[in-house]
Amino acid sequence: MTSTPSFYHQSAPPGLTGIKAWLLTHDHKRLGLMYLGAVLFWFTIAMVLGLLLRTELMSQGRTIMGPGLYNSFFTLHGVIMVFLFAIPAIPAIFGNFFLPIQLGTDDVFFPRLNLFSWYLFMIGGLLAIVSLFVGDGFPDTGWTFYVPFSIQNSKNVGLTVTAAFILGMSSMLTGLNFVTTFHRMRDKRMGLMQIPLFTWSLYSTAWVQILATPVIGITFILVVLERLLSIGLFDPDKGGDPLLYQHLFWMYSHPAVYIMILPGMGVISEIIPVFSRKSIFGYKAIVWSSMAIAIAGSLVWAHHMYTSGMSDVSVFVFSLLTFLVAVPSAVKVFSWIATMYKGSIEMTPPFLLALMFIYLFSVGGLTGLVLGAAGTDIHVHDTHFVVAHFHFVMFGGTGFAFFAALHYWWPKMFGVMYTFRAAYWGAVLAAIGFMFHYVPMLILGLQGMPRRYYDYLPQYETGNFLAGFGAYIMVFGIIIMFVNLLMSFRKGVPAPADPWGGTTLEWKVPSPPPVHNFIDKPQIMDFPYDFKGVGEQSQKNGR
Amino acid sequence: MDNQDKPHVLSYSQLAGVLIILLALTGVTVGVSYVHMGFLNVPIALAIACLKVSFVLLFFMHLKYEGPVIVLSLIGTVSFLMIMIGFTFWDVAFR
Amino acid sequence: MRSEIDRVGLKIGMWLFLYSEIILFGGLFVLYAAYFHKHPASFAVGGKELNRVIGALNTVVLLLSSFTVAASITAIQKGSRKLTIGFLIFSIFCGFIFLVNKYFEWGAKIHHGIYPNSETLVNGEPGLNIFFGLYYVITGLHGLHIIIGMVLLSISLALVLAGKIDGSRFSMLDNSGLYWHLVDLIWIFVFPLFYLVL
Repeated sequence: MTSTPSFYHQSAPPGLTGIKAWLLTHDHKRLGLMYLGAVLFWFTIAMVLGLLLRTELMSQGRTIMGPGLYNSFFTLHGVIMVFLFAIPAIPAIFGNFFLPIQLGTDDVFFPRLNLFSWYLFMIGGLLAIVSLFVGDGFPDTGWTFYVPFSIQNSKNVGLTVTAAFILGMSSMLTGLNFVTTFHRMRDKRMGLMQIPLFTWSLYSTAWVQILATPVIGITFILVVLERLLSIGLFDPDKGGDPLLYQHLFWMYSHPAVYIMILPGMGVISEIIPVFSRKSIFGYKAIVWSSMAIAIAGSLVWAHHMYTSGMSDVSVFVFSLLTFLVAVPSAVKVFSWIATMYKGSIEMTPPFLLALMFIYLFSVGGLTGLVLGAAGTDIHVHDTHFVVAHFHFVMFGGTGFAFFAALHYWWPKMFGVMYTFRAAYWGAVLAAIGFMFHYVPMLILGLQGMPRRYYDYLPQYETGNFLAGFGAYIMVFGIIIMFVNLLMSFRKGVPAPADPWGGTTLEWKVPSPPPVHNFIDKPQIMDFPYDFKGVGEQSQKNGR
Repeated sequence: MDNQDKPHVLSYSQLAGVLIILLALTGVTVGVSYVHMGFLNVPIALAIACLKVSFVLLFFMHLKYEGPVIVLSLIGTVSFLMIMIGFTFWDVAFR
Repeated sequence: MRSEIDRVGLKIGMWLFLYSEIILFGGLFVLYAAYFHKHPASFAVGGKELNRVIGALNTVVLLLSSFTVAASITAIQKGSRKLTIGFLIFSIFCGFIFLVNKYFEWGAKIHHGIYPNSETLVNGEPGLNIFFGLYYVITGLHGLHIIIGMVLLSISLALVLAGKIDGSRFSMLDNSGLYWHLVDLIWIFVFPLFYLVL
């Protein structure tokens, strides 16, 4: 087993060396790592921006920046976190790395297209940076680019929107690649109900990426055209209807929420059974709920627009439909909990992070019901309550799933083991900071503090101070987590092929995997989460 | 999985037949547009367009001979498009 | 490593891409539907101003080219290379004719002062402005797709000439063909929606 060199020592296509082996690679594993580098870079920047925003809000009046800069910063924070972190993070990094392995194959279907997607991602990111420094600076529209402000304002909206368009294309092509790989490259002996749940979640995500992303593409094209030609498609003076922009925007951006969360749910569905040493509860229900979320998620876009002046009928219909989405999400949560029940729990950092995910995501989901109900939404619309809600889902959900995935698959990707103690500390601090950060924001929102405001009334100062304080704890915890992971290279404790006792195919290959993933023909189990015999194996590994 | 050894080959005469039908339908839709039937013109024009599109899809684009993956996913795409247009009307039709 | 070319897989990939194109235009059709509902009378007036004959002519041109593209795929499978080349050249020529027609059509409209943000449209009926705004955006985007399709067909043609595409490996031609048909499909809807409304 040790005789086969890992993918770090062999390039695909063969014969490339040095930096070329990375920049021209077709290897899905190298591309996954390249995405990891890029995404972590963006995550760090956006996290710092978020911290600066919260610092500004910690006390009334001007603290560290002026209102113009504040507006640009929250736009930049949103754009980066949405388009350069939450959407690509799990599919592009872990999906690229593990989807082919979990399907028992050696690469994605279109390896060169995969490389092209990575370049599109980098170009999109680069354009976002460029738009900071040319023209009148970064837009201050918020990441939603609502008309008419985005069309009339003098800042660099055109370039930023183009960047988002290119990033969308990258995401769409990744989805295209995954669907084709799923259908055509899967090991012939692997039936549909033998596919690991992470791959299933990526599959349903990929469909959303393919079908929803073009809508934002055309919307952003229209914004650019309006800015260049002032056609007036969204201008009431010229017969247009600004609400249709919002419809088009949310037709993508609501499904995009599921692009962000579904892969995270897939990660959790992998981690929970492994550390409960128990087969996943309701495998088929989880598979179907993934597809159901993808479908139901594209029926509910207008629930972002209850107060925008659209018809009462549509407020009613979309509110009703919104509650439908809660069902499949709850199916998943209950399945995870039922999996742990009477399991033989082994506490590890990825498992702890997965538990945090379930808790934080549930809070996010339940506050979502408050917003989905048209009546209560009118009270809390565009307040800090909304901000807290989607951070619970996007950060407590996707973010923590990302951290969990990082800790779960780190040994496989890099072949080294990290220290548990520091990982626990990092995770606990991040979670405590998280609660300190966002719970005050929920309360502030209920009390009426609007989102995106630079300044506020004196009665909101305590809450805002607490939130800022929590942000610092959270960031501190995240730094500990990352530093600990990086330290693992220094200590260099080698990781065995299956450090956790996992059963899916990626744990059957060496850590890190060889360039063609499998040395021998992979053994496909009848059921991917069958833990018979895992006990003896972990004992052999000395744990 | 789908059989992939022998792709189905359409004969020239089949293709020509489809072309003639398409051209005829184009003639019909232009002709009908000169007859004034008020609002009815729109659904008729769209129905003919859908018919033409089905012919292009089934024969020129070979859909009739494709596996379930492509057929089902195309139906999914079209349904999504219908939802996009249809659900927008919950708003615009009742405002 | 894959030993043989998975033709079905390549086709699935292309279809997935076509879906994204359908939805891309779909976004514009959402706008069309909503605005048609809002300004039906102006849309009818606008439709009358477009030249039905040129529109019908372009439809016929595209249908013909779609036929020849499909026929070229039949030809390559039957092994008649010369026929394939002939069909492809004719198809690309059709695309060219379409663009020339479009050029004259747009030219005439612009000459009459009908173009985005023109005096006539801005000061005129709002519904008309929307009609022509959508007309320019949709036919413009469609024209762009015609150009992309022509490029794809030309690449296929070059590959056929170079002998890289033959009876056993023709996925590139097949997929370019699919793209060309999609462009045709969209036009089949654009034509009645703009030229024949009411």
